[in-house]
Amino acid sequence: MRLGVLFSGGKDSTLALHKTAAEEEVTCLITLNSTNPESFMFHTPNINVSRLQAEALGLPLIERVTEGKAEKELDDLEEAINEAVREYALDGIVSGAIESVYQAERIQRVCNRLEVWSFNPLWKSNQVDLLREIVKRGFKVIISGIFAYPLDAGWLGRELDESLIKELVALEVDYGVSPSGEGGEIETTVLDAPLFRKKIDVEEFEILARGNTGVFNIKKAKLTIK
Amino acid sequence: MILIVDMNFKKHSLAYHEFVLPLVAIVEEFDDFTVKHHLEMGLEVASEYNKVLLSGNALRNNLFHVRKTGFEWIKQCSKPVLGICAGMQAIGLAFGLQLRACQEIGMVDVTTLLSNPLFSSKFRAYALHNCSVEPSEEFAVLAESGLCVQAIKHKQKDIFGVLFHPEVRNTAIIKRFLKT
Repeated sequence: MRLGVLFSGGKDSTLALHKTAAEEEVTCLITLNSTNPESFMFHTPNINVSRLQAEALGLPLIERVTEGKAEKELDDLEEAINEAVREYALDGIVSGAIESVYQAERIQRVCNRLEVWSFNPLWKSNQVDLLREIVKRGFKVIISGIFAYPLDAGWLGRELDESLIKELVALEVDYGVSPSGEGGEIETTVLDAPLFRKKIDVEEFEILARGNTGVFNIKKAKLTIK
Repeated sequence: MILIVDMNFKKHSLAYHEFVLPLVAIVEEFDDFTVKHHLEMGLEVASEYNKVLLSGNALRNNLFHVRKTGFEWIKQCSKPVLGICAGMQAIGLAFGLQLRACQEIGMVDVTTLLSNPLFSSKFRAYALHNCSVEPSEEFAVLAESGLCVQAIKHKQKDIFGVLFHPEVRNTAIIKRFLKT
């Protein structure tokens, strides 16, 4: 099957891509660039980095801009998927949804209308197990957005490793923060992964944060040999 | 020992992660288990296990358009069976029930019609299907949504079918099936 991956450049969509590539052909990536920092459906920080990630993966990228306003965002998603399906003769779409019925059912509906398959290879997975799998597979992932109490600017730019996973687990116990950020509490950016032919070096960044909301904004980055 | 039957279009499909692994996560807390693909199934295989769970599959997996037979073993199976979505449709096909087109995608309201060991009253559940089964003499309808039959039970045997996906928001239903 020729499949397009809904790709935010974060850990979940990148892991979904790796699981897909083990079974089927990943034909292209589909990214929605949201101009709304509190996008309902899509991960927002550093979404422009997805062009570098697509280049590192050697995959074409279909990009669409969305204002990120609830249902309008779905129309934009449908248009992006439609374009990808037509341009790359796709049989289906893959998402990195884990728990969100909101996200999963809307993607299912769009795929149903377009008569293509919908796959969610991370669906219902244990979130902490997924974080450990990401580290074990050798992904380099940084925290690039925080959107919930008690997270603060100190978390931004930190690399995902076992000690960070332990801290995330503690946050879930104490504050109910989803360890994989499935509730939009945390966003991540993948700088390297097994299927990346090159890795991303961040050359310039800025941390924009106020209280429990902030982003690690990558201003300049390049691909380097692994 | 529990048997999970993978109802997806092929063994080791990408949909395995989505429809079988969530069942594995629930079952492994209760008992040892094995996963078999539906094309590997027969009465002899099923008889080696205490209980059988039939998974769902992808919305576009029109399994039954190409394969309307091959589920006869379910009819002869003397072990408790719980079929989920495509699994319920397979139970229907095994017993000669008609499939009826009725698409539902997302959370639906389910109303219990008959007292049973798995669920009660009204609840919301995740649905992902293109068709359900028509009621028959041999099966009791346990629950419905506004649109279609949502759960059935064979009147003599412990063979249950649920059209919704209990592994998503109603895991207690699967746990009760495993416990009873």
